[in-house]
Amino acid sequence: MWQVLKRIARTGIVTEPKPQPALEWRTDAQQIHAEILAILGRALAIREVDAGSCNGCELEINALNNPYYNIEGLGIKFVASPRHADMLLVTGPVSRHMEIALRRTYDATPAPKLVVAVGDCGCTGGIFGESYASCGRVSNVIPVDVAVPGCPPPPIDILRGILAAVCTSHPDDISADAESN
Amino acid sequence: MRFFGIDCEFARLDAPLPIFRARVDAVQWQDLARSVVEIHGQLVSLWGADHRAAGGGFEVSAAYRCADGLLWAYLALDTVQPRYPDIAHLFPAANRMQRAARDLVGFVADGSGDDRPWLRHDAWPEDYFPLRNENTGQERFDPAAADYAFVRVEGDGVHEIPVGPVHAGIIEPGHFRFSVVGEKVLRLEQRLGYKHKGIERRFVGMTVDEGARLAGRVSGDSTVAYAWAYAMAVESLSAAQVPERACWLRALLLERERIANHLGDLGALGNDAAFGMALAQFSRLREDWLRVNAKCFGHRLLMDQIRPGGVVSDPPRDARQMLREQTAVMISAVSELQSIFDEHAGLQDRLVTTGRITPDLARKLGLTGLAARASGGVADLRADFGWAPYGHIRFKPCSQQNGDVAARVNIRFAELFESLRLSDALLDELPHGPIHAPTVAPANTKGAGWVEGWRGEVLVALETDAVGAISRCHCHDPSWQNWPVLEHAVIGNIVADFPLINKSFNLSYAGQDL
Repeated sequence: MWQVLKRIARTGIVTEPKPQPALEWRTDAQQIHAEILAILGRALAIREVDAGSCNGCELEINALNNPYYNIEGLGIKFVASPRHADMLLVTGPVSRHMEIALRRTYDATPAPKLVVAVGDCGCTGGIFGESYASCGRVSNVIPVDVAVPGCPPPPIDILRGILAAVCTSHPDDISADAESN
Repeated sequence: MRFFGIDCEFARLDAPLPIFRARVDAVQWQDLARSVVEIHGQLVSLWGADHRAAGGGFEVSAAYRCADGLLWAYLALDTVQPRYPDIAHLFPAANRMQRAARDLVGFVADGSGDDRPWLRHDAWPEDYFPLRNENTGQERFDPAAADYAFVRVEGDGVHEIPVGPVHAGIIEPGHFRFSVVGEKVLRLEQRLGYKHKGIERRFVGMTVDEGARLAGRVSGDSTVAYAWAYAMAVESLSAAQVPERACWLRALLLERERIANHLGDLGALGNDAAFGMALAQFSRLREDWLRVNAKCFGHRLLMDQIRPGGVVSDPPRDARQMLREQTAVMISAVSELQSIFDEHAGLQDRLVTTGRITPDLARKLGLTGLAARASGGVADLRADFGWAPYGHIRFKPCSQQNGDVAARVNIRFAELFESLRLSDALLDELPHGPIHAPTVAPANTKGAGWVEGWRGEVLVALETDAVGAISRCHCHDPSWQNWPVLEHAVIGNIVADFPLINKSFNLSYAGQDL
């Protein structure tokens, strides 16, 4: 026990400041309004769905839970069921075998809901494209609010994409957000 | 060269590891499989190819690992009724590979008792074969969903728990069907293939340089292992000489990938046993590690660093110092965490005897890689066939006997320290010179690459067409062998220990679904 406490104390707090939301990654299909965001407040529950990735994106999404990004410290947590979720974080391309599972997950998520597509494959179909086995990008299957490019996008970019989906588009709000850090 | 007294001549491929290839007939196909069983060799992979467009026919291939290297046997099949003798009764791991070969090319294993589809769910019909020449892979189907025949366990109080394809954590999709009595697992049956996105079809027609990027995305956590195996396959068919410095840098990348994965797994394993401090500490160390990857090699997960003929870039001038300092810090941090793990009675209570695979069962089922080395195995391509640079840097393979989750934790600690030592040794002895030599893929040739990734052996078998583009690229993940063994590992354990046992294997869904 002494060793555990010593290690924790010596590590200290390594959490880094919250990044700016990447509003440029929002899609035209942005379906959520400022009023709804006000209801969501600052707590956000995310259900992650791997719809066919190479698993590289999952490694980087998992990294958001490490002490540097400390995503739970921002009031954002990953939940085990779409029924508990405000947002789906989807990696792709969506394989045809995952198409129904993804649609059902989307339907099971209570409205109002947000979808963030993560990675080049989620954004465009990427190197796998569309074929007998692949539906391509996530927005070919469910509506997408924000698409985060990268192969895979580093954790900081995934976080900026998540924040872009929940941040109201008023520049004042963003600067207020930044100040509150 | 001949093996086991079988009357066919194996030709050695121009690869840094001993890989031999021969055409066999149906009788030799079976004789070879039986001989490999007798000498305690293992099946590495089985796959099918269609060469009719190039004037050939159908061919099924099997690759076996034995003391002399990799034996790649191929058997020509009838083009109207392509059938070959089943080998799943000799190698249990062949079952899913044979079913996949049926789904993708339509080859039938004669005498196999299991004709359920494996990679095909309901995205394409039974009579469509994406890897056959007449199909482009761009066809679209919408067949009705069909039921999959899970094996039912009957008896008083037995019930089923279906899990997935969408799992509760940030993990890949797959379906697990548990048959349980109370808390105890009687049987687990997996159904995978949810991530099948047609990778092998995608390769067809790509230039060998384009293929490297795709190979690096078969399983993201093993991108270096795949990129190296793929590059080795290209180099073996073009007889290219890879500069020494490039080999050393490739090994440095491979060991860094192994370290990153072991760090991540050790944290997740602690966390699955309710020891959250382990996750916080190891995920912090992993992040430090990936950030240095980005600084020195330009990519956190080291994607697209290896290309046919060498590597893409030389690390910057100050990289050597940065890498060394990080190794030193890491050795000290991991040692401290290892002693915390060892002395934590509550944690050890969850790990010891959980999810046990005995050495005997491991051999019978063909367990491979890291998990096999936790069950008494010693096979490691880096030691057994010490290709450059592993033959030069005194690599010491690690092994554990107990075969439980604790053994798979301990083997990760042992391999971490060995890989950290190797990284330093590779930097010490890094030769000077070029990092890339041009390669030109000749037409109508075959090559193979075989690399010990962090999870186990990755095999890439590559064939070119009349213009030197890819006509067939088969990528094999060690998860093919180890997924069925996980079904055995959970028998008799409680349901609540499944995540822990599953994580201790940490198998790839993407790598086996293709």
